Amino acid sequence: MKFGTEIVLLSLFAFAALVAAGFGVDEPFRQHMCVLFFAVAGFTAILLRNTDFKPAVPIDRAAYMDGPIRFGAVATVIWGVVGMLVGVVIALQLAYPDLNIEPWFNFGRLRPLHTSGVVFAFGGNALLCTSLYVVQRTCRARLFGGNLAWFVFWGYQLFIVMAATGYLLGITESREYAEPEWYVDLWLTIVWVAYLLLFLGTILKRKEPHIYVANWFYLSFIVTIAMLHVVNNLSMPVSLLGSKSYSAFSGVQDALTQWWYGHNAVGFFLTAGFLGMMYYFVPKQANRPVYSYRLSIIHFWALIFLYIWAGPHHLHYTALPDWAQTLGMVFSIMLWMPSWGGMINGVMTLSGAWDKLRTDPIIRMMVMAIAFYGMSTFEGPMMAIKTVNSLSHYTDWTIGHVHSGALGWVGMISFGAIYFMVPKLWNRERLYSLRLVNWHFWLATLGIVVYAAVMWVSGVMQGLMWREYDEQGFLVYSFAETVAAMHPYYIMRAIGGAMYLSGALIMAWNIAMTIFGYQREEDPMPGSIPALQRARSGAGKWA
Amino acid sequence: MGLIDKHAVIEKNATLLLVGSLLVVTVGGIVEIAPLFYLDNTIEKVEGMRPYSPLELAGRNIYVREGCYLCHSQMIRPFRDEVERYGHYSLAAESMYDHPFQWGSKRTGPDLARVGDRYSNEWHVQHLSAPRSVVPESIMPSYAFLKDRPIEVKDFSTHLIANRRVGVPYSDDMIANANVDLMAQANPNVDTSGLEARYPKAKLGDFDGNPQQVTEMDALVAYLQMLGALVDFKNYDEAAGYR
Repeated sequence: MKFGTEIVLLSLFAFAALVAAGFGVDEPFRQHMCVLFFAVAGFTAILLRNTDFKPAVPIDRAAYMDGPIRFGAVATVIWGVVGMLVGVVIALQLAYPDLNIEPWFNFGRLRPLHTSGVVFAFGGNALLCTSLYVVQRTCRARLFGGNLAWFVFWGYQLFIVMAATGYLLGITESREYAEPEWYVDLWLTIVWVAYLLLFLGTILKRKEPHIYVANWFYLSFIVTIAMLHVVNNLSMPVSLLGSKSYSAFSGVQDALTQWWYGHNAVGFFLTAGFLGMMYYFVPKQANRPVYSYRLSIIHFWALIFLYIWAGPHHLHYTALPDWAQTLGMVFSIMLWMPSWGGMINGVMTLSGAWDKLRTDPIIRMMVMAIAFYGMSTFEGPMMAIKTVNSLSHYTDWTIGHVHSGALGWVGMISFGAIYFMVPKLWNRERLYSLRLVNWHFWLATLGIVVYAAVMWVSGVMQGLMWREYDEQGFLVYSFAETVAAMHPYYIMRAIGGAMYLSGALIMAWNIAMTIFGYQREEDPMPGSIPALQRARSGAGKWA
Repeated sequence: MGLIDKHAVIEKNATLLLVGSLLVVTVGGIVEIAPLFYLDNTIEKVEGMRPYSPLELAGRNIYVREGCYLCHSQMIRPFRDEVERYGHYSLAAESMYDHPFQWGSKRTGPDLARVGDRYSNEWHVQHLSAPRSVVPESIMPSYAFLKDRPIEVKDFSTHLIANRRVGVPYSDDMIANANVDLMAQANPNVDTSGLEARYPKAKLGDFDGNPQQVTEMDALVAYLQMLGALVDFKNYDEAAGYR
């Protein structure tokens, strides 16, 4: 490959970054543009080093395009480990505040790094690579647009690098899960539209008459995230050579726009997209058809319609008008039904293959993911009830809820999909070790249970302490006392998180060894070979 | 189930699927968010709200930059315990000039919606520099570096202009005096009558105890000291504000 056009364009891009670094109006912007320059220039250098002038090998247009998917699978594992590691670090910072290193590694700058790292870097790459894997195989068509898939992959990685370094430099819009500033948002918009074209174009050239259900979910996730991202990030930059911008909306309108986005980052990024994953990989791994076609139709349309309304439950009892709060609560409760429709459809796909739970740790992981999906989509509507929310809001209960969904559902279903895809993508007979998958499963499951249980206790306790009165009508606890009471729980939470992280490290090892082509010699999983039973002797009842 | 059978039409047409799902997901946002922009009673009628002074705005930008909103809410809910602990419940009007809002979602630390006037400047500086020296139970990171950073001002009027473009009523006078006002608010030795006329109730003085320069600490403390202190609740009609 000569990469001629790419090298010229990237060099110009790098030069523009260098100019912006020189003329930027604020210090963080100049630093950020230096980062951009080194990232793009480094990438250009790699392309230069890999240029050769041999005649190009003709591309097999009939074969699937799996290169970007292989990179995406590796990126998923690496970003997963990084994002979870930052999570453990900030969990420890809450227990031991001396671990904050000002200014770059203070909690306030690391926390967006953790959330964006796991949601957009880990989750985003998982969605990117699985969606491209699934759409080709269910449409029997090669990816649309030639090298468009490579642009989407590398463009998305650049977005991650710019977002992450921006947080450490203090560049943020302070909109939770949408913190990157205006210029990084614009870049993501370009990449995302390219992703939509890539995905839609592949569906349009399909050889299958029907669009498979997994692709409905992926498609609605991509298009809805585009809408949410653009509207929520509308802002007015102070200067075109500066990092700071001011949100287009203010106060109450800004708050509801943000949580309309924020809740649907959960609803579409972390739910609809991963349901697409479930609808392909669970039936494949279980070797059973999807349980109910009708249920999938009803739950798809109901889910995407209802989710969008649920945002105001993040603003109960705030200055948001009551009518909007009530509307958000009612729709959040209704959302329970389509969510459980999806759970039932996923779990019941195992009908007739339940024995695999004993023998196949990958299926076990996927079923645990669906179980956590069911649990957190019950807990969510419950917490959206105003009375419950008056206790849970502002406390760790919310954090626990998010993590039972994120670690349990998003994490586990992604791990399952990665374990399924990697041997196929690299033409390996099997994974390096199934027993390590089992270790990963148990570490992750126990880690989530510890994490969620600890956060329930600490959240409910803190909520009750804030509102506790003595018999004379005085508040019993100062705020500082409630902070001190959290300390043991923050330690236990960090332990739960560390267990989950160690599971992810085991996965990274297992995946790396699989890619390098090793197979661990190990006994098969217990139960995978039926134990021989001694034939009965003598005259039994049925003899 | 005739309707379900007809679903095959959508399953065979990607454009229909794309447009259909986009239409379905837009409904909720339009019904919930759009009315907030035109319903008159969304924002209560109050006296005392004004745009942030340049120094307060610079301080607010530091508050945003350091991610303070991740642990501190600025939204007091109308419950007995919150009102007794923090003060009058928050009104929508109090954040009508906030681009972006800073209501927060988590209280790892206490609510700050009315932290203004509660502590001395010296307390804030000490607390931000070494939190556990004044609150032993605190798990807040240290922000001592703010004292050493002079505030970076090239032309602060650009910040006011950007705010005016998104609807904050900064006057031409305010914009013309942006840099002067920013420095004057933290300098006890200059005439601040113009500043006080433009930004009533602005807290004046050397906030960080270092009169040599205007630092990021000055700006952040100036911002914290005015939080929740603008609205005159003596003249606030509670019943009219309920919605």
